[in-house]
Amino acid sequence: MNDSILLDPTAEQAPAQRSRLARPASLEGKLVGLLDISKPRGNVFLDRIEEQLAAMGIEVKRYNKPTFTRVAPTELKQQMAAEVDLLVEGLAD
Amino acid sequence: MTTALPDGLIVVAKADCPTCRLVEPLLAEMAQGGPLTVYVQDSVDYAADLSGSLYDKTLEHSYRLGIEFVPTLIRVENGQEIERTYGWHKEDWRQLSGVAELGEALPVMRPGCGSKTLEPGIAEELELAFGDIQLQSREIDIAGADDPMEACYERGWSDGLPVVPPTPVRVLRMLKGTERKPDEVVGLMPPDLVPCTVEKVAVNAVLAGCKPEYMPVLLAALEASLTDEFGLHGLICTTMFGSPMIIVNGPAAKAIGMNSGVNALGQGNRANATIGRALQLIIRNVGGGRPGEIDRSTLGNPGKYSFCFAEAEDSDWLPLAQERGVEAGRSAVTIFPGEGVQGIVDQKSRDPESLARSFALSLRTVDHAKLAMAGDAVLVVSPEHARVFIDAGWSKQRLREELEQLLMAPGAQLVAGADGIAEGIPARFQDQQVPKFRPGGLLIVRAGGTAGLFSAIIAGWAASGPVGSSPVTREVNT
Repeated sequence: MNDSILLDPTAEQAPAQRSRLARPASLEGKLVGLLDISKPRGNVFLDRIEEQLAAMGIEVKRYNKPTFTRVAPTELKQQMAAEVDLLVEGLAD
Repeated sequence: MTTALPDGLIVVAKADCPTCRLVEPLLAEMAQGGPLTVYVQDSVDYAADLSGSLYDKTLEHSYRLGIEFVPTLIRVENGQEIERTYGWHKEDWRQLSGVAELGEALPVMRPGCGSKTLEPGIAEELELAFGDIQLQSREIDIAGADDPMEACYERGWSDGLPVVPPTPVRVLRMLKGTERKPDEVVGLMPPDLVPCTVEKVAVNAVLAGCKPEYMPVLLAALEASLTDEFGLHGLICTTMFGSPMIIVNGPAAKAIGMNSGVNALGQGNRANATIGRALQLIIRNVGGGRPGEIDRSTLGNPGKYSFCFAEAEDSDWLPLAQERGVEAGRSAVTIFPGEGVQGIVDQKSRDPESLARSFALSLRTVDHAKLAMAGDAVLVVSPEHARVFIDAGWSKQRLREELEQLLMAPGAQLVAGADGIAEGIPARFQDQQVPKFRPGGLLIVRAGGTAGLFSAIIAGWAASGPVGSSPVTREVNT
């Protein structure tokens, strides 16, 4: 049986491709998370982002993943989702 | 592929079928008498030196020829099949082939083997590939997902529990459970008022875990839900508790193995669990009735996962469907805007008068002890409680009439403000005797295990009757 094709059980009023969350129209009043995944010099990149956001008057909260070799711990993901409206992370060194 | 058949003889065989191997040496002789086409279902290693031999790898030829056994010998003239035989029957093969001495050294008869087209899982694949059926639902390719169940969750198709991924083969199998055409529209599904086809019902029945044989009951429940009397749209949107509950009567309930006995309102029976769930998933997926969106229920109730059971029919009490006009011996569903289950524990009443009073007192709490003619109710009487009435010669109708009498109350006790409780019926009822339920608002069914002097109340929607929802009964067809 070919299990990679599923038949849509819905009224098909939404696009087949799941859409991303809409980008916020503005950062005003939003709390932005900055996630350092512990790759070398990720902190340099995020420090600069923080400076720029701070200059715009936008509040920032910093987070750290224990290691870039593993997915973020569930607790950290839940914490970030609960605390901030947006998240920026540096992916590579 | 052209549908015209090649004139002459057609043999359909499998290399791993001993009877096919038995007749293999005869094929060359048969080919000398005229055109011979050999379709081999499983290998190139059969009659390989014959020019008319063809490996039917996709099984398309076998499928279109409707082959059930191998070997099958078919004679075709002018593109039309004239005759066929299957297995090895010496006389039949000689007559069909016109070769008088065919297989002289072989036994008179040998049975063949099953066609590969009918092996489990293959028949539906072939029907999807080559058959007349055209499924209309959008195909979602989840090849990139590591788990089909998770993909279903991510798309929002689930009620919170795992669903069965609706592959085309599973949907096709589900559609075999009904004689209705996949593109037939059952009705407009609220709240989005989208046409709901039999195919969409089948896709959601797969998600819910139904067997194909449940489809007629599910379709009847859906049709009943979509009537104007039932008022599903409002029920989906309400801030109150209710949601469609399905009660099944008649031979269909037994045929599909529904539970009307021990734990009838609980878990553990596939038909009960999945038919109720499928209806909820149709509301969610086709209608768009999702909690927090259009579904505004303050608290909901566990029956919104699934609420479906059968009546434990008994020769002494008229089954619900028959009380509601369905002929004896016919199957039917009754749909009711049910809340949760409220137990009635009465282990002491041994006469019908006491037990009826006990029921009536408990029934007062439907919606609120001071409200009246608001919500309907289903009284589920267990076999041990039912026996108290039946032994005393009380029919269901008698019980209902007695309860209606017992449930009359002085308006003065129920009006808003009475007893220091602001909730209550309007002041204009102050000097009247007031019935608890509107006429026809109390349904009685018999269900449950044979041990236990317990019955149950399933309250309806407080907007019962023409203003909101009335119970609806529909016969189960095919």
